[in-house]
Amino acid sequence: MTVAARPRIAVAVFPGTWSERDFADAGADLGWQMRLLWHTERSLGDADAVVLPGGFAHGDHLRTGAIARFSPLMAAVEEFARRGGPVLGSCNGFQILTEAGLLPGVLMRNDHLEFRCDWQWLRVEHGSGPFLGSLAAGEVIRLPISHGEGRFVADEATLDKLESSGRVMLRYADSGGAVTDAANPNGSLRGIAGIVNERGNVLGMMPHPERAADPEVGGSDGLMLFHSLEAWLAAQPAAAERRL
Amino acid sequence: MRWLAEVHVTLKPGIADPEGQTVAGGLRSLGFETVSQVRAGKLMRVAFEADDHAAADAAVSAMCGRLLANPVMETASWDLRADQEPEKEDM
Repeated sequence: MTVAARPRIAVAVFPGTWSERDFADAGADLGWQMRLLWHTERSLGDADAVVLPGGFAHGDHLRTGAIARFSPLMAAVEEFARRGGPVLGSCNGFQILTEAGLLPGVLMRNDHLEFRCDWQWLRVEHGSGPFLGSLAAGEVIRLPISHGEGRFVADEATLDKLESSGRVMLRYADSGGAVTDAANPNGSLRGIAGIVNERGNVLGMMPHPERAADPEVGGSDGLMLFHSLEAWLAAQPAAAERRL
Repeated sequence: MRWLAEVHVTLKPGIADPEGQTVAGGLRSLGFETVSQVRAGKLMRVAFEADDHAAADAAVSAMCGRLLANPVMETASWDLRADQEPEKEDM
């Protein structure tokens, strides 16, 4: 048996990030050590996982995530990801990950041009990896979305490769889990709401798990991602050793 | 010497452009009924120093490749000329 671990999570903060404190609060409620790291930092310290939260880094100028991608902190995040460390990018964090080339594709203006802030049903395509390992394929969860530029776009070959390699993790769906145009809030190709990199340790998703981490705010399905990460970290020998 | 690049960033063919579609709809509703398509893009004027035209062109190409355009959905083209006049901010 390992001692009850307290995951150490680095939460990146860029000028214009707005979801870092929701992530920090959700983790702190679980007893985790949450550390906010300003974008000029060059090291992640001894973090077990990294979160790139939502917001509007650098005002979304040029393209969402385009400037944040060159922050000193992102060099550390890229190295961490290359070594297999778990990285979650939510909303603007997803946009930054695509700009950084850690994930394929791009997030473009919603097809209806509106900012969309709402609860959204999602179908879990694969219950695996650091952030979705405690969920089941086909499970339908409900998380908030809050974005104006969430339309996932990639060329057909990239989309086919993502599908065939099992890297499409979340799709916009209705409450029954059906992926339909009506359930798609932004025009994302093939209803894609979340994908992982080839190794599976980097997850980008437009919805906000940190905003559904307490029943008092209307839902707690987001906690499933936190619990997945805790279980995943506990199963990693290296991580467990570091905490002894 | 000083150079001025006008960089045009446009969406690749086939990439849906809801902004352009919306503008096209606006033009048609104003009576410009023959408008069949609008594609939106960006224009950036970049003033910088380089030794000669070849070096300046290479620099703009690198700027576009690294930051100004995202090759997933955009292409960049540019006009480059020697710039004699001092560039004012926010023009």
